[in-house]
Order: sequence, then structure tokens, then C-alpha cells
Amino acid sequence: MSEKTVMAPRFQSLRSRVVPLLIDDVDTDQIIPADYLKVIGREGLADGLFAEWRRDPECVLHREVFRGARVLLAGENFGCGSSREHAPWALLDYGFRAVLSPSFADIFRINALRNGLLTVAIERPLQRQLVELVEQDPESEIAIDLETSTLTLPDGVKIRFDIDPFARRCLLEGIDQLGYLLRQDSQIAEYESHHPPWTDTRQPEVEAS
Amino acid sequence: MMPEPDPMLDDAAAAPSTLFDKIWRRHLVTEPAEAGIPSTLYVDLHLLHEVTSPQAFAELERRGLEVRCPGRAVATMDHSTPTLPGVGRSGLRVIDPRGADQLDRLETNCTRHGIPLFALGDERQGIVHVIGPELGLTQPGMTIVCGDSHTSTHGAFGALAFGIGSSEVTHVLATQCLLQQRPRTLEVHVEGSLQKGATAKDLILSIIGQTGIDGGAGHVIEYTGQAIRDLDMEGRMTVCNMSIEAGARAGLIAPDETTFAYLDGRSYAPQAWEEAIDSWRALHTDPGAVFDRRIVLDASAIEPMITWGTNPGMSMPVSGTVPLASSFDPKSLPTVEKAWDYMAVQPGEALLGRAVDVVFVGSCTNSRLSDLEAAARLLQGRQVAAGVEMLVVPGSQAVRRQAEERGLHEVFLAAGAQWREAGCSMCLAMNGDRLAPGQLAVSTTNRNFEGRQGAGGRTILASPLTAAASAVAGHVADPREML
Repeated sequence: MSEKTVMAPRFQSLRSRVVPLLIDDVDTDQIIPADYLKVIGREGLADGLFAEWRRDPECVLHREVFRGARVLLAGENFGCGSSREHAPWALLDYGFRAVLSPSFADIFRINALRNGLLTVAIERPLQRQLVELVEQDPESEIAIDLETSTLTLPDGVKIRFDIDPFARRCLLEGIDQLGYLLRQDSQIAEYESHHPPWTDTRQPEVEAS
Repeated sequence: MMPEPDPMLDDAAAAPSTLFDKIWRRHLVTEPAEAGIPSTLYVDLHLLHEVTSPQAFAELERRGLEVRCPGRAVATMDHSTPTLPGVGRSGLRVIDPRGADQLDRLETNCTRHGIPLFALGDERQGIVHVIGPELGLTQPGMTIVCGDSHTSTHGAFGALAFGIGSSEVTHVLATQCLLQQRPRTLEVHVEGSLQKGATAKDLILSIIGQTGIDGGAGHVIEYTGQAIRDLDMEGRMTVCNMSIEAGARAGLIAPDETTFAYLDGRSYAPQAWEEAIDSWRALHTDPGAVFDRRIVLDASAIEPMITWGTNPGMSMPVSGTVPLASSFDPKSLPTVEKAWDYMAVQPGEALLGRAVDVVFVGSCTNSRLSDLEAAARLLQGRQVAAGVEMLVVPGSQAVRRQAEERGLHEVFLAAGAQWREAGCSMCLAMNGDRLAPGQLAVSTTNRNFEGRQGAGGRTILASPLTAAASAVAGHVADPREML
């Protein structure tokens, strides 16, 4: 496993303020509404991030103290619903590099990690502790280090987090996952030689009986 | 050509396996070399549409890569397509240039890479999860992916089918493979029989109500039991379609005679039909095989269901009342209160009788012929109530033709409903069909998320029967009183 290119997203560590958005089951339609999916590229999607919720002047994302923050503290089951990869693209384009939550929806987590948006699963008590921390002092900063898989609180306390070991390695070493798959070409060809398809989608259709 | 016998499937002496195990093992190109490394899984069928594929093709071209197996891919246009009769692509160019750009880009990409495309205007065009099955492209034992979370629909045929992101679409285009961590398994066993007026939609809403919308996370669901066996293929597709609303990427139903009878004679069904059926008969969970989790439901207790909140797990019987705060874990209350507020409902309140602005029958959940027949049965000889706008959007051009051959469109039009062209339409409101802020819809779709059917719009999910009954009544209604 040594595929390395400059294109692959990387993550080492960061230090940032934390934006609390504690609604559970935030779906990808909220993260980026469908109106913003009418694009053929992946750039410039920050405008669509939480577009409906940001119409509210009280939305937490408008608080000056959180400008430039790179960590989102989310509720349970963050990113449920649609498979749109526009959701992590929009979060990244807005400036986020990590989301902390007690749980993530599967497709969102996979999409996020592939793009270098770190999904950090935290226990409920830590989530509560972080909320209190931000309420007391919104300027509080936490540190995230992927190499050691630890969060460091402002008082120096370190907490380990679990993360998919393959995703971790890819992000630390800048491994390109498509390159990794492409290098399995001979195994794929070997598999194909034993598993021919029943149907070729390009074949002229047989008249229905 | 036919696939070689697979010793994994045919060896009766092997340890008992789940249906999922059998399909997973058969598609492993490489086993993980070490713990934590994902498997390389081969993909038999790759479905594409205009919204999630342009970035994937762009990445392919940026790297100078070719599509490995264009004969294992099919594309259609569905999300951005207009459904007003006569608009077509030229009309879309005028009313929605960005939507038209996506369709053009899909056509360019498919032409360049030799991928069959059922474009707007093609008689095979339709919602990707409707056309795959109806053309016979979806077959038991396959692995099927699409950049669309409702790919779980195809699991109704005993195929391992799941949604992927656009990066993974690139992976499949280039290598026909995906890197996958093995999921866990969840059996949802449904005993008994559905009562009159309760449908596959009510069944899956009940299941999600029980599992919660994240209860299936990390799992592949297999639906078993008499109530599942009794469903026709279209009902099974409705159930598997909403597996993702329980958090599961995929839902499976073992193929049986109902499955084979549905596929027999379809355009892309295997020519080596007998051999295909013989191999498909091994696709079931063996006696003694163990799931990681199991839940059991009684179908006879299920009533027509509606949702009261802003996710598909916030549901209740149509005759029920919005749950009280005391029925929730206190930690969930901020989320629940937000849902009450958005939907303008009060805890303890009945929704039966609440005035409805729009009724939508359509989407990859409920836009097939049997769904339209159910809605037409309710509307026959009745009128859509004054002040209610009802849209009926068939899932594909083929469904549209079949419905018109049976005269269903005349029932809809006579009742005062609109009869549209095929597409995703108001399910996610990308094509101009949308709710106005504050409007309430009873919708046969899969997601009642905030703004899903148009910013500020409110959605109650329900079956085609309940939707049609509500259109006639002008308010949320129990279809059993009209059957």
C-alpha cells in the first residue's frame, strides 16, 4: 500500500474553535438542499451549506466568534439521507475540516473521509462536555491529531477516538484510493475471467416474449 | 456465456450462510490482506443519472482513464427532467438551463465512453430505480450500485444494491470495483398478513418506526417472513427502497417464484434463462445461519401509516395522534420540538382531518403500475377536493404507457388530477415541481425532510391509497373508509 499522489486528500492535525449544531439526524438535504445540486463541478458549494437554516439571522453559523472555525460539533446520525457527495464538498468549501458526532450515517462518513473531511465519533458525555465548554467560552479551541487519534481539550486532557483504520492511513499518508484499486488490475481481470456477465447492457434488446 | 458454478453457493456441506454472505463472497476480488483493510468488491451493474455523475466522469478524464466495463453500466435522466407534457429537453433549456446542462453533460459523457443512455424522449427513460427492474437489468445475486441512496430498491430481487458517492462512481467507472468494509447483518422478520388498506408502504414505515432512522446503520437488512413473501415485486421494491431511511445502505429479499415470474421475458433478462434460475435458487439464507441482529414484527397489527415529523421514523397510524414529549428520550427533545414546529403540529393532536394543499403520487418508492392502480381505485368515480392540487407522476415511460393502456390516466384526469411525464419530480423538487412555503403535501415519496419537496414545504409520507383518499377528502384521510 504505497500509492501516493498529490491529489489525494490528507489530514494530519488541526486546532480550532468548535461550532455547535446539536440537532440529531441532520440529513444531507439540510447540509446542501437539492437546488444546489444542479452543478457539474464540485467547487463553490459553500453557498449551499445549510442554505435554508442560514436564512435565519440567529443561525449559529452567523456568529462572529465562529468565523473561520474548522470543527463542527453535531448531533447523532449526522448526514443521513441522500448519498450526495456535495454534502462533504460543501462543508469543506465552507472551511470545515472535521465533524464531531456520536454517530454518522454510513454513506456520509465514507464520502467525507474520501475527501479529507474527518468524521470523529465521540461519546455522548464528551459531546455534552464540549457543549458546556463552548457555552462557557466560545473561543475555546480543541486540537485534533489523526496520527495519535486524539482530541485535546483546552485543559490539556487528551481523549482517544476510533476511526476506520484504512481511512486513517490513507489520510495520513496521502494514499489515493482509486490508484490503490487500479493497481489491483490483474486480480480484477482474473476475477472477470471466471465471472462473465449474464447480460451486456449494450446488447440490442431481445424482444420481450 | 454463463457464470461458472460457484462452489461457495453449491457446497451443501459449507457452514450455513445468510443471503448477504453468499452474494458478498461471490463478489470478492481480493480478501483483505490485514485487519482493517477493506475488501475489493466487484460490481455487476452500475446505474448512472445526471446529478451525481458529472464530477465522477470529470475525475476519470482528469486522470486519463477509460471506463472499464461500459457493458455493465446504464444511464438515465430522471432528477432534473421536466414532467409537464410537451416541455422536453428544449423546453428545459429555456426554463432551467442548469438542469439542461446536466442532461447535456450526461449525454456527452455516455457517448464518449460508450455507455447506453436512456435519454429524455427515449421510451425506456424513467427513474433509475424503476427502469432497472422493469427492463430486467436488475437480477438476483448481482451487486448493483448507483450514486443514489435509493439504490437499495434493487435488493427486492435478492441483489446487493447500495448507494455510493460520486468519488466511488469514479472508482466503479475505472475499475468496476469498490473498496468496502464488510457490513453487519440485520434480519427484519415480518409474520402474519397485512390487513385491508395496509400496503408495503405502511409496512416499511412501521419497520422504520421500530428501528429508528439510524437503527440499520452499518447493516444490510434481509426482510423475511410470510408478509414479505406475500408481497408482489413492486411491493418488495417499496420496502427495500426505504431501507436507507432506516440507516441501512442495502435491504435484501431472497428471490423466489414471484421474482422469477416478474423477470421472465423482460428485455435484458438472461437468455440462458433456465441456468440463471437454477443458480438463483441457491440465493437464500440457509437454515441455521445467524444474523448479527434480528427484529420481529406482526403485519396484521399494521394500519395505514403517515408521518407527523421531519424524518421517516417520525410516523404513526393514520388514525393516531402526534406522540407526546413523554414518549421520547429527553436528549431527543430539541430535535422533536424542531420537527413539531416545522410541521406546525402539536403533541397529542390527530392529523386525520388536517387540510392538505398538494397530493403527490410518484417517486422511486411508489410510482409503479400497481401504485398507480391503487390510487386510481380510490379515485374512480370520485373527485379531487377543491383547493387540492394532485400530481400523478409515473416512474417511467413504460409505466406511463402501461397505465394509459389500462385507462388509468383517464381516471386521474376525470378526477381532476394532473397526469405527468416520468421522473423524480416533486420527490426532491429539482425539476420545478415543488411545494410553496407553508404548503402541506401528502406524498408517496420516501423523505419528509425539511424543505425536501420545496423550501418551507411540509410533507406527510403515506401510501398511494392514503394519498388518493386524502386528495378526495381534501384533508388527511383514512383510505379504509373509501375501499
